[in-house]
Amino acid sequence: MNRRLSSPATRRAVLAAAGGACLALTVRPAAATPAALTLAIRKVVGEADVKPGKVQIELPPLVENGNTVAMSVSVDSPMTPKDHVKAIHVFTEKNPQPNIISVQLGPRAGRASISTRIRLADTQKVVAICELSDGTFWSHSVDVIITLGACLEDNLI
Amino acid sequence: MARTLINVPPKAKRGEIITIKTLISHIMETGFRHSNVGVRIPRDIIDTFVCTYNGEEIFRATLYPAIAANPFITFHTVATESGTIAFKWTGDKGFSATESVKITVE
Repeated sequence: MNRRLSSPATRRAVLAAAGGACLALTVRPAAATPAALTLAIRKVVGEADVKPGKVQIELPPLVENGNTVAMSVSVDSPMTPKDHVKAIHVFTEKNPQPNIISVQLGPRAGRASISTRIRLADTQKVVAICELSDGTFWSHSVDVIITLGACLEDNLI
Repeated sequence: MARTLINVPPKAKRGEIITIKTLISHIMETGFRHSNVGVRIPRDIIDTFVCTYNGEEIFRATLYPAIAANPFITFHTVATESGTIAFKWTGDKGFSATESVKITVE
């Protein structure tokens, strides 16, 4: 009887501990951004706070060939001399280098929207950060699944 | 001289927001790849693109190896006056290319 009472408690404790460990293992890599990405973002924004919103990245969710991926970034801004977008920066998580493109705009742009074609090495997160004329920074990130990554065709040339 | 392709509307109304599309032929070698004998291929990219409207800078982009070969960049500007829109690309190994188009604003 004594054994029967104590054993479920132990089992429960063991299961809870195992579950907790499992959760910690699965949650941690998703939440942690690689150091290079964080460093590249810090270099641009300095000590300023980066809030989510205003900027929007358009990327296909599933990409067959990472060598050429059409990407457009737009910012919700009136683009007047008083309130405009000063810069847009785009970063990646797993490319050999975290930067993709940095763009400087002004009120003469009329519309804060750019598009280009990029390379993506792996299934990863792409982050866009915009700097407004009032000195605030806004960000948006999207996840992209890549079937064939860029930079893998080493032996083909 | 690298081949370029520019799309700017030849005529625009004053104050209208126009779309500018630019394409230039360039390999954009990343510097991260190796040849079949294991030698690293040196980086050769376009790193700066500048657009000026009648001499005033309206758009500047810093490109990194993550930009695909033959960089294609689309952006916008407000048609303020008739004149010239000039484009300049500069990069590694002394690469430089310029192009300009005329625009008539009514």
